[in-house]
Amino acid sequence: MKIVVCMKQVPDTTEVRIDPATGTLIREGIPSIINPDDKSGLEAALVLKDQIGAHVTVLSMGPPQADIALREALAMGADEAVLLSDRRFGGADTWATSTTLASALRRLGFDLIICGRQAIDGDTAQVGPQIAEHLGLPHVSYVKELELAGESLVVKRMFENGYQRIKVKLPCLITVLKDMNQPRYMMVGGVYDAFRKAIPVWTVDDLDVDQANIGLKGSPTRVKKSFTKGAKSAGKVYEVDPREGARIIVEKLKEKFII
Amino acid sequence: MDISSYRGVMVFAEQRGGHIQKVASELLGIGREIADKLAEPLTAVLIGTGLTAAHSADLIAQGADKVIVVDHPCLQPYRTEPFTKALTRVIEEVKPAVVFVGATTIGRDLAPRVSARLKTGLTADCTGLAIEDETRNLLMTRPAFGGNLMATIACPEHRPQMSTVRPGVMRKLERDDQRKGEVVSFSVTLGPEDLNVEILEEVTEQVALKNIEDAAVLVSGGRGMGSAENFGHLRELAAELGGMVSASRGAVDAGWAGSERQVGQTGKTVRPDLYIACGISGMIQHIAGMEDSEFIVAVNKNRDAPIFEYADLGIVTDVNKILPVLAEELRLAKAKR
Repeated sequence: MKIVVCMKQVPDTTEVRIDPATGTLIREGIPSIINPDDKSGLEAALVLKDQIGAHVTVLSMGPPQADIALREALAMGADEAVLLSDRRFGGADTWATSTTLASALRRLGFDLIICGRQAIDGDTAQVGPQIAEHLGLPHVSYVKELELAGESLVVKRMFENGYQRIKVKLPCLITVLKDMNQPRYMMVGGVYDAFRKAIPVWTVDDLDVDQANIGLKGSPTRVKKSFTKGAKSAGKVYEVDPREGARIIVEKLKEKFII
Repeated sequence: MDISSYRGVMVFAEQRGGHIQKVASELLGIGREIADKLAEPLTAVLIGTGLTAAHSADLIAQGADKVIVVDHPCLQPYRTEPFTKALTRVIEEVKPAVVFVGATTIGRDLAPRVSARLKTGLTADCTGLAIEDETRNLLMTRPAFGGNLMATIACPEHRPQMSTVRPGVMRKLERDDQRKGEVVSFSVTLGPEDLNVEILEEVTEQVALKNIEDAAVLVSGGRGMGSAENFGHLRELAAELGGMVSASRGAVDAGWAGSERQVGQTGKTVRPDLYIACGISGMIQHIAGMEDSEFIVAVNKNRDAPIFEYADLGIVTDVNKILPVLAEELRLAKAKR
């Protein structure tokens, strides 16, 4: 069984802070990590490798330094890694990204594709289902549990108010939630091997993809502007004792017809 | 692509088990606003099994000019592929300029698949939607980087312009049962090729409590509450105000409140009439979930807490001392009337 795990290297957004003076994002010193949902996807693939000897490939698209995330995946136990890196892939929205990844997946071959539900820098949750559409595969998103059942997978698909247990035939794509498992640590021996292993870097020229459909040029959406949220003008702040504070609140709520 | 042939606004009216979801009402609210701005019609698409005239009437009362109903035995419960086919076919037929889908676990599964099939752009989890005057393009604003950054996105050369819209952000319209609208049924052929998944089991967990998104008043506690016991004071105040208790991530992580009560980027987006933030410092991730509340009161003993930047009224004092006094003052104020 051949599993490909799609992975994104992301800035650890829990560490991102706003510079209060300039109102811009402070990016310096923010560590890059494997996107948490994707890392759980890799763990799920490695569990299948442990159980049935599946072959696990990790695939990422990003700048050359995304190489580090792939080496971490190899050190955790993935068999093979491929990086898609080319300036011509740059500026891609989810449509162009999924088109590019789908093309690489066609070249790699697969029985099962695992993506994280969403990346913490963009939070779109779109690339997984869009890859499935480009490849004409069934997909199930928001997966919290999975098991192999012959030529099918049985997965637990989460909703806001419950879940479905779904049987889906291979080949298929699933997107998984980070709380489905606890990803393993890198293996000591694995780290050494992972850093000696060559990771192939594929460019546009290695893929059978129309250049009009990739990168910024192939992206239907355009970012018009980005900005940090300006605080709305703050209301009055009183430094008072509790009784006085309570009276001020009650007065204000009366004035606003809330009570 | 001839974008000028695409007209009108379409909303996906999500239903579960025959119940139209709250997000559908919100989409009709923003959809009506955008359609009026464009002076073009607003269409709601209802997909499922055993849908009734009452469902369509409900959508018209909430703002739709037209309801397109796709009813087929294979469309209940939700499955990705048949829903993708149904919605895509409707879009190909109607050619709307704009399509809104709720950013729920269904909408965020369906919309990417549909947009990929139509080769058009999709912007996720929008919290702001507007029409650009010069171009009449849709401007879609959404948070990124965990709510630290906002981005405004357009889809200038492809149609329809699609977005998923974050639940709890847009305002629904006042219901008007006198509103007139057209109901059209639309048939779609579904075969084995569309049914690659089999649902073995479906479990709906009954959420006993009302959702915090539906509360008009929220009394919200953070780490500054200090203990689970102190958290109990919030319930007393909430009861006095006819509201509910919500919490910051810190308080949820501490185990003082369940995650279904969490407000913020990784929790829920709320916009009650009154939001009282008690012992909440106001991390940007929390602000992202409550800043659109009508009136915000913050109580915190730290004068420098960022929450005061967002509050309409701030009180710097010990939150655990003010809460019982505030409940008492409220009772007094009510008794006087």
